[in-house]
Amino acid sequence: MLSKRIIACLDVRDGAVVKGINFEGLRRAGDPATLAGRYNREGIDEVVILDVTATIEGRKALAETIRAVAREIFLPLCVGGGIRGEDHAEAAIEAGADKVGINTAALARPALITTLARRYGSQAVIVAIDAKREDDRFRIYVRSGRQGTGRDAVEWAREAADRGAGEILLTSIDRDGTKQGFDCGLTAAVSSAVPIPVIASGGAGTFDHFVEVFTAGRADAALAASIFHYAEHAVEDLKAHLRAHGIPVRLPRPPGIGAGGPDPVTRTGPC
Amino acid sequence: MIALIDYGAGNLTSVRKALAHLGAPVTTPAAPADLAGAAGIIVPGVGNFEVTSALDADWRAAIRSHIARGRPLLGICVGMQWLFDGSAEAPGHPGLALLPGRCSLITGEEAAPAGTGGSPPRTDGGGRAAFKVPHVGWNSLHRTRGSWLLDGVDEGDQVYFTHSYAAPLTESCVGSTRYGLEFAAAVEQNAVGGVQFHPEKSSDVGLRILGNFLRRLR
Repeated sequence: MLSKRIIACLDVRDGAVVKGINFEGLRRAGDPATLAGRYNREGIDEVVILDVTATIEGRKALAETIRAVAREIFLPLCVGGGIRGEDHAEAAIEAGADKVGINTAALARPALITTLARRYGSQAVIVAIDAKREDDRFRIYVRSGRQGTGRDAVEWAREAADRGAGEILLTSIDRDGTKQGFDCGLTAAVSSAVPIPVIASGGAGTFDHFVEVFTAGRADAALAASIFHYAEHAVEDLKAHLRAHGIPVRLPRPPGIGAGGPDPVTRTGPC
Repeated sequence: MIALIDYGAGNLTSVRKALAHLGAPVTTPAAPADLAGAAGIIVPGVGNFEVTSALDADWRAAIRSHIARGRPLLGICVGMQWLFDGSAEAPGHPGLALLPGRCSLITGEEAAPAGTGGSPPRTDGGGRAAFKVPHVGWNSLHRTRGSWLLDGVDEGDQVYFTHSYAAPLTESCVGSTRYGLEFAAAVEQNAVGGVQFHPEKSSDVGLRILGNFLRRLR
């Protein structure tokens, strides 16, 4: 059975991991490659590097960060934040990203989704959507959640999928950094509307929040940052909790098994 | 030396990186003739089956000659599908036809039964399985028979998939996966192997499988 994915997000500025509360008040959390390596050992399923500066100097540092993280892990690696066009996507992919996340640029120029999907395959194109509740609708915001677009998140997700996006990374601006739980209403609305996987983001504070987003929220994957960064909770504890609640997850192999590990013949296993 | 064939099917960075990590020297052949000295060949691939049409008659002949000498080859994702007769994704583009059968679109006609791990599939309000294509993420391998490629891989070990089309269960299948219907996740015929998933992105289990391929070269 397909596992629900747990994705660690590294919000990176000038080569270091930071994490904000409601997109503001950034504070440092550590070295990206060191953190990624730790998450890999703990059994993370995927890593996202989010460039939260997207300045020219920041972009050069970002390529180095991608290379350093890619050296540490043999997992799917997505890079997002400030990817404005094909050249930025190409730089990220050449540095070692398997997928790129596009947000503002896709809204401004939806054809970019198709262009990138044709060139790299849909599996490499994630459309990121930052949404906020307004009355009974979900509206899209850009510029780190400061600028409203008036666009409807569900409708845009559907269009992005039609244009060739491989996945949707859906962030609740209301919940981001609050530890109040994912916005399951938002996640379920989008996930039910599109035929492609939806990654829920924003608000993870407890293990039960993940249970909720995988059940009520119908998420295919859940992304979090600070819940993992400060070793408040280990990835493996989260996965054990999810499995105990009947949610299919990948548990890491015991240490020492795998490439360079002991001879498989001497091991005992379920088969 | 391993020949990693770059025929324009997406980015090879992660495959190169994984092979480098395992200490394997890799080249990217510019022409079919360059395959003559290769100890092993890897046919990678992401995206649409149609891209395999870049592997023209000359490439096919060189690859067939390599296989005929009993030398190892590993097809990854679309590179594995290409070993079959063809795919419904691009009906006008034949595969290598080393393995019989055609790849077809993944369908959710049959829900995964309980007992394959985890909970039964969630359903939407209408009782239909919430079934998405492409199949993206970590899924478990079921060992169907003895295999050099999956040596040391346990029943239920999980690997990373991202695909919309899948190969049929035929004699060549050594490992299967269930998503909707059961499909071939790993195939083998003598020294030729293929995997639908991405071993280069499948952490320790994936590195183990790439390592098995490298051991087969010796």
